[in-house]
Formats: sequence, structure tokens, C-alpha cells
Amino acid sequence: MPVQAAPSSSIVALHGVGKTFPNGTTALAGLDLDVRQGEFVSLLGPSGCGKSTALRIIAGLSEPSSGTVEWRQQDAHPGSESRIGFVFQEPTLMPWTSVFNNVLLPLKLKGIAGDKAGASVTAALDRVGLQGFAQAYPRELSGGMRMRVSIARALVTEPDLLLMDEPFAALDEITRFKLNNDLLDVWHALRTTVVFVTHSVFESVYLSSRVVVMAARPGRVFTELLIDAPYPRGQDFRTSAEYAAFCRRTSEALAQAMQAGGGQ
Amino acid sequence: MSTSPNGDRVLRIALPIIVLALALPIWEMAVRLGNIPPYVLPPPLLILQTLIADWTVLWQSLLVTMLTTFQGFLLAAVGGVGLAVLFNQFRFLEYSLYPYAVILQVTPIVAIAPLLLIYLPQPLAVLFCAWIVAFFPVLANTTLGLNSIDRNLGDLFALYGASRGQVLWHLKLPSALPYILGGLRIAGGLSLIGAVVAEIAAGSAGAGSGLAYRIAESGYRLNIPRMCAALLLLSVAGIVIFYLLSLVNYLALRRWHESALEQER
Repeated sequence: MPVQAAPSSSIVALHGVGKTFPNGTTALAGLDLDVRQGEFVSLLGPSGCGKSTALRIIAGLSEPSSGTVEWRQQDAHPGSESRIGFVFQEPTLMPWTSVFNNVLLPLKLKGIAGDKAGASVTAALDRVGLQGFAQAYPRELSGGMRMRVSIARALVTEPDLLLMDEPFAALDEITRFKLNNDLLDVWHALRTTVVFVTHSVFESVYLSSRVVVMAARPGRVFTELLIDAPYPRGQDFRTSAEYAAFCRRTSEALAQAMQAGGGQ
Repeated sequence: MSTSPNGDRVLRIALPIIVLALALPIWEMAVRLGNIPPYVLPPPLLILQTLIADWTVLWQSLLVTMLTTFQGFLLAAVGGVGLAVLFNQFRFLEYSLYPYAVILQVTPIVAIAPLLLIYLPQPLAVLFCAWIVAFFPVLANTTLGLNSIDRNLGDLFALYGASRGQVLWHLKLPSALPYILGGLRIAGGLSLIGAVVAEIAAGSAGAGSGLAYRIAESGYRLNIPRMCAALLLLSVAGIVIFYLLSLVNYLALRRWHESALEQER
């Protein structure tokens, strides 16, 4: 995978990325995606459009079959000092140890230990509102709190790029709205860049500065919409006519993308 | 449920005791009323008397058997987990050796014991038998456990550039712990069986001092009460081993694994 310098506005760019699995399934073909510094971009699309695959390729967990992935900073490349945080669909915590040790894991794997690591863990837990739960075990927490631990773990290395793969899909709506707001707060406070995979139109519009709509068979970018409503967004935005209009336009784009992809 | 969890626990302890309290007098009465000679079926009271009278001999034998069992179990635990880790790290080792581990397991130990007694000094042969029987469940379970990691967690370790050693120590071994402990629980009982089988095989060759040898010896002398007393001790030893390992299992897993969590209703 060649690594070159990309324009300064983008943190990572995919050029004509394709992915074909050994069983012959083509998950992605000719995917172009430019992720810019500081933005909150959502990948929206039906199941099978390759949005999770695209995220895994950005993370370096999967190699593209064709095309290139370009990083702006050398040090942002996953092969070197990792500046990426990844949040999976499930909380993906180690059930055998405490919340503290789960959040400590990325630092421990990088050989960072001691008081400094402990302070980073405490700060990350504070940021997601889990003060006082450091010694709890994952089993003892609710689904929403486990997802918060997962986010704290992704934040503990202070990543430049936060990749999230449908993190709130399994949560109830009340918890999901709360986590949406908290995620926006974290994003704002840390000035990080987020790539967020979702199949919810409403979630993508609420969170993102840009929504990339993908089509399936093969997975590719269909169109993209700029959600230029100002941040901070809250309950007022969620109930506004502006939000509804963005959602309608995004829904229409998604419907067209599904037709183009031969989806149901 | 008609009973509370507490009442359920009382029943689980009380009912087996009631069954025993009913069965023992019936057994005692049947032997006395039927005039059954003790070398056919000894009454429970006589077995108890024999146990007390022969305590010194039986206790010494129990210690010998338990020591062999413990050593066999320990070797099986270390060997089983160790080999499973090696298999997991080096595929070619697994492919080369796993079939032979299976052969060792499926060949009945009773058939192997006489051969071992020819090649090895008697105490070592007995220990070897205890090890052979107990070793395989630990190996098989640990192998299964090491391969049962959460794939997303595996990706997470890869994302942060974890070394093979870190993956093994921080991910694979903790994931495998419930499986390892399950294997050890089986191995505990099996190492006792292995030790007893080997002692019996050795006993017929005229050597040995373990509990199983006492059983074989009592059999030749038609000393059935002592045979039953020794058998009783063996059962108690097996039960103690099982519950000790269950306790270890519970203590290690109680905070996180489904199998050890208290039921919430």
C-alpha cells in the first residue's frame, strides 16, 4: 500500500479503492473518499454496500485489492505509531478485567505504563461520563455504558482519527440520542476527526458535517450531502424543520442509491 | 418457581441426605434379616468399623494414591496447557503431534498400563498412567479456548500493533481460561482413575501400596468389608478433588463468566 503526502486539508484519502474477498465477493470497487481534518463524516448505505469494509481498510485491518490509501501525515499511518481509534459495532470489551484495564489496553500494548497511563485512562473515562466505574467489570454495566467504555478506550491514545462502525446500532433510542450528544461534545472538545458508519439517516444527519451515501453491488460512493447546520447541535436541532429537510434529502439520496445498487 | 432460591438450596442439600438416611438402615436390615454373609455383602456398620480398625493402613494407602493423583494432575495441567500454547503458536507442531495425542487418548489405559509396568519402575509407571489419562482433556480444551477469541478484540490488538506474546498473554490465555478450568475439572477426576487403574495393574504383579492395591489385595483375601472401606475412601477423594476444582473455577470466573455468575431474577 503506497503512502504518499496528500493535500493538507485531508487527513486520509482513498483513491479508487477496491476490495474483493477470496470467495469472489466484491465488497468495494473504485471507492474515492477524502476525509478532511476535523470533520465528522458519516458513511451511510444499505447492508452490503461495503461501508464497514471501507472503515477496516482505513484502519489498516484489511488491505485493499486495488487502489491506494493516502495519509497526510506519515505518523498517522496505522503501520507506524497508530493515531487511530476504532469503535466496533459491539462494545468488544475484555470481560475478564475491569473497565480501567480495558481502557488501559491500547496504552499497555504500546508499552506506556505507570502514572501517566493511569491519568490518561481516568481522563478518558471522565470524558465519557464514567467517573467512578473504573473498577466495575463489563458484565456489571448496561449496554450504553459498555459502549461508553469502548469509546473511552478509543479516545485514550488521543487519536487524530476516530473510526466508528455502527457503534450505537444495538442501543435503544433514548440511550442512542444521549450518546449522540455526548459523542458530539467529545468530538468538539478534542477537535478530532470522525468517520462514522451507520445505516440510520437520522443519526447520520444529526451528527455529521458531511454524509457520504454509498450504493451496493459493488460498494461505491453514490453521492454526498453537506449538512451545513451549525454546531453545537442539540434537542432544538433534532426537532427543527431544517433537520427534517436534511433528513428528507438524505433519505431520497439513499433511496436512489439503493435503486442504483439493485437493492430492495 | 414455587420455591425461593434459598429453599431450593436447602432441598438440594437435604434430599440426598434423606435418601442416604433411608438407604443405609434398609441395607443394614436386609443383610441382617437375610443372613447374608459379610464376604457377599457387608453391612454399612461393619464397613464403618473396618474403616476405623484399619485406618492406619488405609490412610497410608490413601496418601500414596492421592500423591500420585496430584502429581499426575499437575503434570497434566502444565503439559496440557503448555503443549496447547505451543500448538497454537507453531502450526507445524500441532500438525505433527496432535494425531499422536489422540492415539494416546483413545487407547484404553487399562491396556497400556501392563506395558508401562514392564518399561518403567512401578511408581513412575503409575504416575505416567495418571498423566496420560488426565492430559488430553486439558490439551483439547485449552486448544479450543485459545482458538475461541473474540475476532473484534483480535482486530483491536492488531490495530494497536500488539506482538504475538502480547496477544497470547493478554487476549488468548484469558479468553481460554474458562475452557482450561473446565479441562482441569475433568482432568482431576481422570488422574485419580489413571492412578487407580495403574495401581490395580501393578497390584496383580505383586507390588504397590496405594488404595487401589488394597482393594485388589482385599479382593484376593475375600476381605470384602475392607474392600468397601477402601472404595468409600476413593469416592470421598474423588468428590473432594471435584469440589476443590469447582471452587477454583468459581473463584477465578465469578466476576465475568456466564458459567459462574449468580442467577438474577
